[in-house]
Amino acid sequence: MDLLRFITAGSVDDGKSTLIGRLLFDTKNILADQMEAIEKASKSRNDGEIDLALLTDGLRSEREQGITIDVAYKYFQTPKRKFISIDAPGHIQYTRNMVTGASNADLAIILVDARQGVAEQTRRHSLIASMLGIPHVVVAVNKMDLVDYSEDRFLEIAQSYQELAKKLQIKDLTIVPVSALNGDNVAEASPNMTWYTGETMLSVLEKVNVLSDQNLTDGRFSVQYVVRPQTDEYHDYRGYAGRIQSGTFRKGDRITVYPSELTSSIEKIELGGKEVEEAFASQSVTVLLSSDIDISRGDLIVTSDNAQPILSQDLETLICWMDDRKELKVGSKFNLQHGTSRTRCSVRSIEYRVDINTYEKIEEVEGLKLNDVARVVLRTASPIAYDPYLKNRANGAAILIDETSNVTVGACMVE
Amino acid sequence: MTSKIELDYLDQLEAEAIYIMREVAGQFERPALLFSGGKDSITLVRLAQKAFAPAKIPFTLVHVDTGHNFEEAIKYRDQLVEKIGAKLVVRYVEDTIKAKGLQEPTGKNASRNWLQTFTLLDTIEEFEFDACIGGARRDEEKARAKERIFSFRDEFGQWDPKRQRPELWNLFNGRIHKGENVRVFPISNWTELDVWSYIRRENIALPSIYFAHDRECILRDGRLLNNTPVIQPDANDQIVTRRVRFRTVGDMTCTAAVESDAATLDEVVAEITISRISERGETRIDDQQTEAAMEDRKKGGYF
Ligand SMILES: Nc1nc2c(ncn2[C@@H]2O[C@H](COP(=O)(O)OP(=O)(O)O)[C@@H](O)[C@H]2O)c(=O)[nH]1
Ligand SMILES: [Mg+2]
Repeated sequence: MDLLRFITAGSVDDGKSTLIGRLLFDTKNILADQMEAIEKASKSRNDGEIDLALLTDGLRSEREQGITIDVAYKYFQTPKRKFISIDAPGHIQYTRNMVTGASNADLAIILVDARQGVAEQTRRHSLIASMLGIPHVVVAVNKMDLVDYSEDRFLEIAQSYQELAKKLQIKDLTIVPVSALNGDNVAEASPNMTWYTGETMLSVLEKVNVLSDQNLTDGRFSVQYVVRPQTDEYHDYRGYAGRIQSGTFRKGDRITVYPSELTSSIEKIELGGKEVEEAFASQSVTVLLSSDIDISRGDLIVTSDNAQPILSQDLETLICWMDDRKELKVGSKFNLQHGTSRTRCSVRSIEYRVDINTYEKIEEVEGLKLNDVARVVLRTASPIAYDPYLKNRANGAAILIDETSNVTVGACMVE
Repeated sequence: MTSKIELDYLDQLEAEAIYIMREVAGQFERPALLFSGGKDSITLVRLAQKAFAPAKIPFTLVHVDTGHNFEEAIKYRDQLVEKIGAKLVVRYVEDTIKAKGLQEPTGKNASRNWLQTFTLLDTIEEFEFDACIGGARRDEEKARAKERIFSFRDEFGQWDPKRQRPELWNLFNGRIHKGENVRVFPISNWTELDVWSYIRRENIALPSIYFAHDRECILRDGRLLNNTPVIQPDANDQIVTRRVRFRTVGDMTCTAAVESDAATLDEVVAEITISRISERGETRIDDQQTEAAMEDRKKGGYF
């Protein structure tokens, strides 16, 4: 069985937490004691209705304020698939938490309140989903019960979303009318919306093909750790431990190491201490080479016969800025973490900022504030071997770390 | 493409956990692995072995002993440490209580579980551990469901749920100042059933208390507790002998047994697959007390 990671996004109160609660409920993944706890907590609140959103709002302040502050992870399964659901906060102020959840998602569900239509957060989260290269986006037009399950209203919203999507890079878009509260088109086709003939939300989640989203050709392997047992039995053993980011590695393959550009070939691949002939994207393995070259943590091993990464100190990046205490400015210095390598970098220029509502480019920007999205040119202290993010998510992503507070302050996608 | 590249979910979870373990070894100078003798930490040890084979695991195993542990778990711990040649540090809550003059909770359902935090923080300070790997899972509890994989703790060991560091892709930021530390949870994304399925697949030996056996128990408020002198008797307690197994193996004062006939891994997996009650709901007494019990403990430095 395979695994799908998806995030729910959209404005506050559009029904993100309720939808996840409903998916868990309808697939019988809420256990008896958890249900009891939700019932108990629901009773102590105003209307006494059972509130499935309480399943994911796990922090005290979230429960008190009835909002989602940080992402919550919930796990469920159906006979077809295992799911990791990531419930994101809707408030602008917590966008960086939404980005945290979205960065690992295969699919994003963007909720829209059928009464409100496309809102600012719908645009912001759609932009983020598109920048992060989330391959599948499902728009859930929610609270259809509050607009009399109107087909016209649905089509109106679907059309305005499609307009918006034209300006973004969304590979695969599906739009589903739902009522998360009542379960219409969540796991079961809605008797109230017989005009809708598409898939239910659950069926979209079960069917979407995630395998084809991976880059399966260009071999990339970032060295995490050098395994050297230094025992009599393994006296000369020198294995490079890491996780294959993309492509396939086989015994005998010629490889090039970056940034040194030294070459060698693969003598042996081990998985959990056992030898295997080949290994592919997302597997954690240990690689042994046929010649003794200098490799350490942070180096990138690449299959020589496929496209090579770009080796450069100048990076054009799209950045989500996440610091609420400091602005990003020209000349700001950071630690840049890319794969397992870390190097210092400084901001050469801010080319433009993206307007969240119109997706227009705003030039002559002084500095970036919390949640700004911008195109920024960075200069690194030592060369980075990267691929353009949209070609290879794993080797085109980097984070900025503040050098004094050590906090992660930026998400970078190298272009 | 052929189907060989499609990884089964257990393989995916394993690959992710091994990646996280290696990040700890690569980013920190003095990492520890918190080992309780329970199934989650036993799984962690197996993952660490796979991550660094054929070398020994590069983590010190740390056990914070409440003095209320199951004998079987302690015996298992010592045998495992011997077998894999790991370094083990044991620190006792009893010693912390004496040294700090802490007030031990008394009365019905009194537990030292919370006091573990003091011992843990002292141990981190004593050995200057900069990272502590733990077996917590997000499916266990609602505050845990919110926590990062690399969870930053300040110099007082505190977790601040409202200011967690962003955690993007699989780029884990382990940069800290001296005195701060990071708690790392490689099996964050595993469910209880995943852990059991993995143990079965890998054929990992477990302490015998995880399998059905006859045991003299205290029946209290519908729960079965091990009949031991460390639990203060209560007038309404009944002593009964039942066929039980443990779903979690923590401190005896706050871990209940479940009635079961499941004596093999296959049978345990089958039973958990159909179980309608969560692991903590069924067996952990410490979380029941208030709705935010775990969140409060974690803010104070608990695992
Ligand atoms: N009528 C109706 N109310 C809904 C629906 N989905 C969610 N709600 C309500 O909208 C409010 C906000 O939902 P919540 O899931 O907390 O929104 P979030 O902020 O996006 O997570 C709650 O009162 C829900 O009960 C729906 O489909 N129909
Ligand atoms: Mg919510």
